[in-house]
Amino acid sequence: MIVTIQNFADWRDKARLLLAANFSPQEVTFHDQRTGAGLFADDPLPSIATKMAFRVDREFLDAAELAAWHRRGDKWNLLYRILWRVTHGQPRLLRVESDPDILELRRMGKQVSRDAHKMKAFVRFRRVVHEGEEHFVAWHRPDHFVVRLTAPFFARRFSSMFWTILTPDESVTWDQRELQFGPGVPQSEAPAWDALEELWRAYYRSTFNPARIKLAMMRREMPVRHWRTLPETEIIGEMLHEAPRRVAEMIRHTEGCGRSAAEFLPKNGSWDDLRAAVLRCQGCDLYRTATQTVFGEGPIDASLVLVGEQPGDEEDSAGRPFVGPAGQVLNGALSEAGIDRQRVYLTNAVKHFKHELRGKRRLHRRPDAGEIVACRPWLVAELERIAPRVLVCLGVTAAQAVFGHGFRIQEARGRVLPSPCCPQTLATYHPASILRVPTPLAERYRQLLVRDLRTAKELAG
Amino acid sequence: MDLRIKLTILADAAKYDASCASSGAKGRRDGSTLGSTEGMGICHSYTPDGRCVSLLKILLTNYCIYDCHFCVNRVTSEIPRARFTVEEVVRLTLDFYKRNYIEGLFLSSGIIQSVEYTMEQLIAVARTLRQQYGFGGYIHLKLIPGASEELIHEAGLWADRLSANIELPTQADLQRLAPDKKHETIVGAMAEVRERLAEVRSDRQAGLHPPRFAPAGQSTQMVIGATPTPDRAILQTAAALYRDQQVRRVYYSAYSPTPHADARLPGQPPPLMREHRLYQADWLLRFYGFEVQELATEPNGNLALDIDPKLAWALLHRDQFPVDVNIAPREMLLRIPGMGVRNVDRILRIRKYHRLTTDDLRRLRVVWRTAAPFVITDDPNPGLQQLDRVDLRRRVRSKPTTPSLFDGFIGEDER
Ligand code: SF4
Ligand code: SF4
Repeated sequence: MIVTIQNFADWRDKARLLLAANFSPQEVTFHDQRTGAGLFADDPLPSIATKMAFRVDREFLDAAELAAWHRRGDKWNLLYRILWRVTHGQPRLLRVESDPDILELRRMGKQVSRDAHKMKAFVRFRRVVHEGEEHFVAWHRPDHFVVRLTAPFFARRFSSMFWTILTPDESVTWDQRELQFGPGVPQSEAPAWDALEELWRAYYRSTFNPARIKLAMMRREMPVRHWRTLPETEIIGEMLHEAPRRVAEMIRHTEGCGRSAAEFLPKNGSWDDLRAAVLRCQGCDLYRTATQTVFGEGPIDASLVLVGEQPGDEEDSAGRPFVGPAGQVLNGALSEAGIDRQRVYLTNAVKHFKHELRGKRRLHRRPDAGEIVACRPWLVAELERIAPRVLVCLGVTAAQAVFGHGFRIQEARGRVLPSPCCPQTLATYHPASILRVPTPLAERYRQLLVRDLRTAKELAG
Repeated sequence: MDLRIKLTILADAAKYDASCASSGAKGRRDGSTLGSTEGMGICHSYTPDGRCVSLLKILLTNYCIYDCHFCVNRVTSEIPRARFTVEEVVRLTLDFYKRNYIEGLFLSSGIIQSVEYTMEQLIAVARTLRQQYGFGGYIHLKLIPGASEELIHEAGLWADRLSANIELPTQADLQRLAPDKKHETIVGAMAEVRERLAEVRSDRQAGLHPPRFAPAGQSTQMVIGATPTPDRAILQTAAALYRDQQVRRVYYSAYSPTPHADARLPGQPPPLMREHRLYQADWLLRFYGFEVQELATEPNGNLALDIDPKLAWALLHRDQFPVDVNIAPREMLLRIPGMGVRNVDRILRIRKYHRLTTDDLRRLRVVWRTAAPFVITDDPNPGLQQLDRVDLRRRVRSKPTTPSLFDGFIGEDER
């Protein structure tokens, strides 16, 4: 007996008749209308002689209805076989989830649910404006016949929009009131472009972590057959191509400051141990290109400590802080403020000269946050031992090493503030910055420097 | 600054936050005209790192006045900075949502000006989306610990889920790496959410109609592997948060050395497997009746990396096996290695009508190689002979696969 089936309701009606007429599964072959009917015409169905009463539970009907959306043409045969077994001595068959027929039924149901889920996920609307009205149109190729299964979801979610979803099997349109189904259409009928996709790709690119590549996982969850309708997948190739470079960049940055001076610091040695250790420091890369470490200088019981940024060209050659042009400016300012340089401890936030070669000249370059953090243990060690009454930070690098990165010198210059390093800390201009600004401003900076040094002197007593 | 550049910077900065789930909220919001939450979140796309893209996950800004050393956005990090306006985030969310790219918005932020100000800005985005545009999609707002009770209440009015990040497993870790943050303040914010959720629940039971409050509850995230804290302490913190603050999910995010990382951090990330094992252990705590003391039994207080935590437990407690799948109580079935909650429940249903055999278990896709030595079935099970072998650990270990990071948390949506 050959029977062609249109849809689930059709199957249910016909199966009921066949069952009543006692046709066993071996005697019936179902053909599916959608996936191509058989070569042979249908046999006439038995007409109902007696109203036979049989019950199948809701659970079977639900599971069968779900599996009925599957693209497989022989699904109706499976459903009939199960129906037969349920009504012929195995009423609880559905509970035996390890039974091969039930497993098959569940598997098909699962594939349908998954496909419906993927449709909800992968439909990508494109905006078109038609007679002043906004429409959202998508083209999607589902694996199974899930358009009718998912349409209510889209209607709920996008209830205030006009939208259409086109698929090769069927299309559906929502006009803010009801769903209308129509025939399937090829992809060429769908809009080809939406300006927003550029932004969406930018998001997709940025949210990707190049340090972890799991292509198999991506392909399993987002099968390649769906890629042609997912605008973001266009850049996957590029993203993978640039991933090694982005990771290398990440690693380079990490290596640059994954280390610090901390591991070179003697646990609790004398001042001389500290001095000896700093000369051997390799806490960051700056030691590679500098001539030598330039450590602090001055009495270790000083009540006033001055911290600069880093040694310059001449300091690097001499191995002593503040001996170059900036040192001369500082000397002038100190004497104008009435401070004896011999009684002050002078040091820098970073102990090696950072520079760039320009021909034969070595041009000063500002240390970055990583280097400041790397070198900070030396400064902390110096300040812990000296425990000065007043600490003066010369310039923003020193101030940031002491107060943290957020420190803004324009806002806090000259103010006496508590810092993690010293209860009375103040920040002022670096003498080198005075050399760099135009003359009228330089004089003004110099006066402020002198004034701040004077404040420091008074506090230090 | 061009919107696209802002998006690039602020999505990049948010991507280290692991909480991507958009599940847990169901039912339509009153007055919403666009969007729905359907209980189960949808992953709209996947990036080549295998991660699900479900929400537009961005920061309002990556400027921050704090200096948490493990975080790329800390004040001392030299990265490009950007800031969205409230209106820009609203537009982006709506534009993406209408094209079905996303389930909704996950919005976090660096701290600008003050805790209160920052929280107000985040709330303004959610409020605008809900009130002005009738947006009914999913919104996850990050709570800034230290924000006032009123702000937390308002955040919950508009958001489906709230989360305050615990950041690091212990107070000592925080002290070391996030000097501006305090465990108490963070837990305080969670407690506020928990209390409010309880209030709303009891009002509803009393037949009142309390205002909405974070129907998808709260979650949190901690960075692991940035400090030497062992898994046991991590799981203890997680268990306490599940128990005392009723968080729905704790996300574990393996510390990955970020560009411009800080010197106080290890240069190496922890093995990805560690994160995976923590998710498995977390699962065992919540759904399998395990206690923290039973897990993380390696001498260093960590979870074993080569085998999953349930198998590790079973190998140490062989005297409690084999378990007869046809009669054992649920609690004991749950302890069989290679067997998940779903299968346990199926077995319980099946065995009322049918006695299970080794074939049945295989068909149910129990990880047979792992489970065989531990179960008694209705037919002879040759695997049982292995139970007392010394080299059992090696024999039952499943082939090493790269863990998929999201096994753990996609789970909630798809399992
Ligand atoms: S700059 Fe500081 S941290 Fe870097 S090598 Fe020199 S002394 Fe060490
Ligand atoms: S407060 Fe948040 S954004 Fe700011 S540094 Fe800490 S973790 Fe990063």
